[in-house]
Amino acid sequence: MIYLELFIAFAKIGVLTFGGGYAMLPIIQREIVEKKKWVTEAEVMDYYAIGQCTPGVIAVNTATFTGRHIAGNLGGICATAGVVFPSIVIITFIAALIRGFAYFKPVQDALAGIRVCVCVLIFNAVVKMWKKAVVDRVTLILYALILAASVFWHASPILMVVIAAAAGLIVKGRAET
Amino acid sequence: MMLYLRLFLEFFKAGLFAIGGGMATVPFLQDIARKTGWYTAGDLADMIAVSESTPGPIGVNMATYVGYTTVHSHYGPVAGILGAVTATVGLVTPSVIIILIIAKFLEKFRDNRYVNAAMYGLRAASVALISSAGISVVLIAVFRIGSFSEWRSAVIDYRCFVLAVVILILTRWVPKVKKMHPVVFIAASALIGIVFHMSGPV
Repeated sequence: MIYLELFIAFAKIGVLTFGGGYAMLPIIQREIVEKKKWVTEAEVMDYYAIGQCTPGVIAVNTATFTGRHIAGNLGGICATAGVVFPSIVIITFIAALIRGFAYFKPVQDALAGIRVCVCVLIFNAVVKMWKKAVVDRVTLILYALILAASVFWHASPILMVVIAAAAGLIVKGRAET
Repeated sequence: MMLYLRLFLEFFKAGLFAIGGGMATVPFLQDIARKTGWYTAGDLADMIAVSESTPGPIGVNMATYVGYTTVHSHYGPVAGILGAVTATVGLVTPSVIIILIIAKFLEKFRDNRYVNAAMYGLRAASVALISSAGISVVLIAVFRIGSFSEWRSAVIDYRCFVLAVVILILTRWVPKVKKMHPVVFIAASALIGIVFHMSGPV
């Protein structure tokens, strides 16, 4: 039963992926390319690259691609359900736990410490993305404008995304002359 | 029923417009918090920490967490599980549809000039939105205010400030240590938070 097999293989990937994004690439390679031989190394890299420039979670996009490649549209859906399944179980459990103990003083203290750590983690993610995203004067201006709009006026991120895509098309979309 | 439908729609929108994975979902979750009041910006910081320190893609983890807590506070724990599933399915649906369509003409999509041009702008937007989300977490965690308009009541919690600087140095410049998984730093910060009673007054 290929659908069940896809579900289980990607549920395994979901469990083994800690931190998402780049962390999952080696695990996908081991499980899907080397063990199952469902897709080639090059195909996974393609899926991954496209996953980064299409909406949604990269891990999910890669799962959908692989599943569809193996067993059609239903295969894509089964693989996606698989990669998401462990998160739903684990996170629901933790969320329930945190809710139950939130009034507890040490838990509040721990969360206050963790929030500080989250600031740094977000900062590090920004630095990593910055190198690939802010590459010239146009992208720097775009960055500054969107940052100001969302920090000071709480502009809708959807609107910002649409404007940025339009700006990219206007600046880079013309045919080379 | 309406709550489930709204959860689904809000996360559907986040899934459709958040490009660049992981942290890219954060600004959208912040926008949802402002519009609906389902959770506070402080709760969001906790969700990021939990999502970073548990298995699974961060975006999916956050959708599950928000879905569970939101429905739980209205209808109790069992309904909360259904809320977790609803939010997650909402987040994932747009990308599944888009990928299934794109998969048919993979090569053309990747080499398309217009796709690359749009991406050029979108990458900058993604970093800007995440930066903005980061700034509001700093305001909450270190200055204890919700936004810049409350600057008059800001306090500088020096304990948090020192902790932030130490983690920054450890994660960026100390060899070997900086390669460690985020969960290590999150756990250490939790301990330090407990030891110094960080949720209390400065």
